[in-house]
Amino acid sequence: MENSYLDMELLRFTTAGSVDDGKSTLIGRLLYDSKSIFEDQLEHVANSSKRRGLDHTDLALLTDGLKDEREQGITIDVAYRYFATPKRKFIIADTPGHIQYTRNMVTGASTANVALILIDARKGLVEQTFRHSYIASLLQIPHLVVCINKMDLVNYDEEIFRSIQLEYARFASKLNVKGISFIPISALHGDNVVNPSENMPWYEEKTLLSTLEQIDVSKTTSAAVRFPVQTVIRPKNDTYHDYRGYAGRVAGGQLAVGDSVVVLPSGETSTVKQIHLMDEELSVATTGMSVVVSLADDIDVSRGDMITGITGSPKLQQDIEATLCWFSRKGPQPRSRYTLMHSNNEVKAMVKNLNFKYDVNSLTREGVDTVSVNDIINVTLRTNKPLITDKYAENRTTGALILVDENTNETVAAGMIC
Amino acid sequence: MVGDIEQIERISLKESTSHFNHLKELEAEAIYVIREVFSQFEKSGILFSGGKDSIVVTHLAKKAFWPAKIPFPLVHIDTGHNFPETIKFRDELVEQLGVDLIIGSVQQSINQGRVKEETGKDASRNWLQITTLLDTIEEHQFDALMGGARRDEEKARAKERFFSHRDDFGQWDPKNQRPELWNIFNGKKHKGEHFRVFPISNWTEMDVWQYILAENIAIPSLYLAHYRDVICRNNTWLPVSEHLHVGEEETIHNKKVRFRTLGDITITGGIESDADTLEKVIMEVAAARQTERGNRADDKRSETSMEDRKKEGYF
Repeated sequence: MENSYLDMELLRFTTAGSVDDGKSTLIGRLLYDSKSIFEDQLEHVANSSKRRGLDHTDLALLTDGLKDEREQGITIDVAYRYFATPKRKFIIADTPGHIQYTRNMVTGASTANVALILIDARKGLVEQTFRHSYIASLLQIPHLVVCINKMDLVNYDEEIFRSIQLEYARFASKLNVKGISFIPISALHGDNVVNPSENMPWYEEKTLLSTLEQIDVSKTTSAAVRFPVQTVIRPKNDTYHDYRGYAGRVAGGQLAVGDSVVVLPSGETSTVKQIHLMDEELSVATTGMSVVVSLADDIDVSRGDMITGITGSPKLQQDIEATLCWFSRKGPQPRSRYTLMHSNNEVKAMVKNLNFKYDVNSLTREGVDTVSVNDIINVTLRTNKPLITDKYAENRTTGALILVDENTNETVAAGMIC
Repeated sequence: MVGDIEQIERISLKESTSHFNHLKELEAEAIYVIREVFSQFEKSGILFSGGKDSIVVTHLAKKAFWPAKIPFPLVHIDTGHNFPETIKFRDELVEQLGVDLIIGSVQQSINQGRVKEETGKDASRNWLQITTLLDTIEEHQFDALMGGARRDEEKARAKERFFSHRDDFGQWDPKNQRPELWNIFNGKKHKGEHFRVFPISNWTEMDVWQYILAENIAIPSLYLAHYRDVICRNNTWLPVSEHLHVGEEETIHNKKVRFRTLGDITITGGIESDADTLEKVIMEVAAARQTERGNRADDKRSETSMEDRKKEGYF
């Protein structure tokens, strides 16, 4: 614990639930009970609650930041919240539950290690529960924490909790997640959020906060070395006249000085000469680190290229099968062109074939005639240049892509390579 | 805010760690974002106020491109109501880094009749900065400006993207933001539009202080406790300066204060403090019960003043 302040792990989690599940209230409660709320913030919220004629301080107002959200009492965009305990620093992506805002849920989920799924104890599993769980599984969030909320409104009844747990576990057997925890809570009153509930003595496991503090977040990326090059550094000053470094963030495995590497797409080989983080010279750079790598040989490397290990090569391909979360009102048109962004690379792409659509309630595949906003579809993309890819299941960075509409510049789809 | 002060005092702050802790992860993320700005835009700059957040962004830019120079100019939107310490600090840093400094002057916007100076006791040039900022962007054809804004600072900022799109009028449309997935940033835009980019979006005030300490980054002395003439207004200690109108009923005190944020001198209140070293500042931040912007009169004007200003083009 000695150095906990400077040496904490970071846990990113996302929250999902349908409208009125009490998500914002839960986050407000988590912040409030972990003493992460400042007096002036609380005062603001207390005043706002009073102005709205509420008889209690509405903790949901802590996270609803925009005017419309406060007026309508809903969450319309991803809001990020931060808190820390002596064990961990947490980043929360609070995402809205409305069906039309699924893209925000996908956004929040794309960087999360843990997803909180909220279920209203009175309602049990609803369409949104299936959809959110499926998205969490699709985006390969390793851990789900299922909070069965509003237990106060069902007399803290263990039977109700157990039957929802059973029903969810049955559904979740179809999901691809590492671990699921179930916690009966009341966000409004704080039961089992930070403090153990006196109303539910039958629940003897961890509270939500201790669950979040203890989930294993060690990186589970594959060992295959992936270093997408962001930019080339050529100082051309007197001291570093011939220096040529490749700047990027390690996306898989680890790079060490002396390692043999292959640069793709050219296929040229070399060895790692130096690794720098400013004037600090490193012997190893592990996944997630932003560094500058220089190679022993003078070869042509530019943005969008990838430095890889000599084993576990990625694929170089132009026909890419991917699962897409579609964000645009306008579906993919035959032969319409998009800019595909992937691992610091940009290519032109077309949707060559619509393979199938997922029914998010049953996780079954069905035919696809039209694609509308929030659909999850499997497609084959054709690119004008080969992409250096991994399967998303193997690498959440080099297996991910987005499609950008060339006319509007909007991001129209998030893609996971199959 | 975490733990108690005794616990913090025991921490050996010089200790370096071999594995990836939260500060290293935040640093790696910010450096990645800054490099994306360089790669995706034609002309970008760092909005530099002389405050700790923009100093940290500048430091991260130095780390991102070393051993090359920072490939961006620093852009200062100067209200003319500065702490003299801030300006001295800015000029020294620019000299040391060998980067260009671009100044957008609010005074000049007033002189040119582009904006009208507020009057009255609580007059501020805060809103006026928006016009000067947008004019500066247009004059220098910037297509991206980085800033040190953090999501934990304020509720509207909690909704910001790393790459925040601005339309022809420099406006932010919070309800229609592009989704930001994984670490893929979409900086595509039409002519005339631009981006604001916030590399330290995910940092908290505590992270910033810990990082300043860990990296031994120089900051203006204003952040450390010092004696200064102040008056008490709106529950905060406002520094006496040539720009502050001191009313007859107001008394000037000499207090040991420090500033948690640095803005326009007329609206940035100090707090009474004994924290005259970085270590003490960190302890004070950990124990603080008020947000750092709690002493900023610009945020107190209404419940949504930050959102309103951001929609108009503020950062």
